[in-house]
Amino acid sequence: MAALLNPVVLRITLRATLGRKRALVFTLVPIVLLLITVTLKLVAVSPVWPAEFLGTFGLSVVLPLTALVIGTSVLGAEIDDGSVIHLLATPVSRTSVVASKFAAAVALTIMFGAIPEFLAAAIARGFDGKLALGLLAGALIASVAYNAVFVMLSVLTTRAIAVGLLYLLVWEGLLGNLIGGVRLLSIGQYSLSIANSIAKTSALNSHLTSGTAIVMAVVVTIATLLVAASRLSAFSLKGEAV
Amino acid sequence: MNAIELRGVSRWYGNVVAVNDITMTVGPGITGLLGPNGAGKTTLLNLMAGFLAPSRGELTVGGQPSWRNPRIFTMLGLVPERDSVYAFLTGADFVRSTARLHRLPDPAAATRRSIEMVDMASAQDRRIATYSKGMRQRIKVAAALVHDPQLLLLDEPFNGMDPRQRLEMMDLLETMADQGRTILFSSHILEEVERMSGTIQVIVGGRLAASGDFRAIRRLMTSRPHVFLVRTSADRALGAALIGRQAVTGVEVTPRGLQVRTSDFGEFSRELAGLCRDGGIRLREVLPSDESLESVFSYLVTT
Repeated sequence: MAALLNPVVLRITLRATLGRKRALVFTLVPIVLLLITVTLKLVAVSPVWPAEFLGTFGLSVVLPLTALVIGTSVLGAEIDDGSVIHLLATPVSRTSVVASKFAAAVALTIMFGAIPEFLAAAIARGFDGKLALGLLAGALIASVAYNAVFVMLSVLTTRAIAVGLLYLLVWEGLLGNLIGGVRLLSIGQYSLSIANSIAKTSALNSHLTSGTAIVMAVVVTIATLLVAASRLSAFSLKGEAV
Repeated sequence: MNAIELRGVSRWYGNVVAVNDITMTVGPGITGLLGPNGAGKTTLLNLMAGFLAPSRGELTVGGQPSWRNPRIFTMLGLVPERDSVYAFLTGADFVRSTARLHRLPDPAAATRRSIEMVDMASAQDRRIATYSKGMRQRIKVAAALVHDPQLLLLDEPFNGMDPRQRLEMMDLLETMADQGRTILFSSHILEEVERMSGTIQVIVGGRLAASGDFRAIRRLMTSRPHVFLVRTSADRALGAALIGRQAVTGVEVTPRGLQVRTSDFGEFSRELAGLCRDGGIRLREVLPSDESLESVFSYLVTT
């Protein structure tokens, strides 16, 4: 994996992603999450609120959306504006391009999604609590798997954000809760299951064993990245006439 | 091994044929790929650079197929038409990053050499966002040249350049061609490339319509018949004077003015003003009536 990472691609991607307007979205969201957590702690509605709020809202809504904005941006934005051609007109392998873009997305999502989630849980329950560690582990898994999917979507379609949102709402949000079989292919379930295996609270709505969750997350990540690399190898530009 | 070879290459999108059965070899020296907008020039360049799969036919760059083969970029440089670059980088950052992507042994030296070649040293520490169109074009060329490629493809490199920048770019391309490199550029404006020497390939409607020496094509261009519509204060008097001139092959009096055919555009334009002055005729308007690119290219194709 390390040999696949291209430091130049990583650095340019981090700079470009943080420099775009949509960086405002993923830098402001964690602040909002922390503010709400502090407010809830002061109001203290029910004893299980940290797990409920940070599980259902933090892990199942905020983190996927953060990954969506970042994951579709690292490669997708360059494909949209055409600047990706300067990267592709070099001998760097397409697998390496995808791996580096993915790594940049994961790093940013951990910074703006997973760590704030951990801090929020720590504010609610203390740094040594199992909840904070569980949510951190779940958030890390989600950062990895979601970004693999979103990087793939940005290679497959120019409407990656819309398609990604639809996937989150319909597949992860709706079907994942209604149909048992979908849970096996739901990244949200992987992260909740990992979180629950450490935090051990029924407030985290999980249905898979931690072993299954880890194996499936790895499989989904590798499979989607391979698809992305293969499709990027066939990256096509059309002439002005057609 | 620095030639681009196409054998019966076609590319279509559904029912639309963008490139139709083209066979050509582009060897060392300068080659201009000319044709009107929409003729298939960009499609052809994308095919060569491996950013499009041929629907039929064979295409090799330096002996290797370019589709799904990024290794060709060790010997190939590409200057795309769109000037979307990483605008937040400085010119030097951009070129140096490209040098690192190529894993060059000394990226700093390669960057310096390349930036000097395109004469951008004075602006290299400014962000690309602040560059003019001509400067962006040159920094793109510097990035494409940084690994000292044997082949260079440029899509409409003269677009948006002023005449001086255009001349400098042509000189640069000619210098590189003299070093034995293969340079292929596209252009939809014949006049842009009038000064150049080398080979041209004319494509019209996706087909290879003509190919040959620059000088031959240029002769055809300057000696091709031009038609002008001339409006004056005394059309018939000017018409009578014009028909006595060598360069004029026909005059017709129309309600809109004089329709003048000329076989020598340069000579005609020099003489017209003198004739008017001598005859005390007021010249109101001179309109070229067949200057569309399509008419120029179709003329080249039929002769």
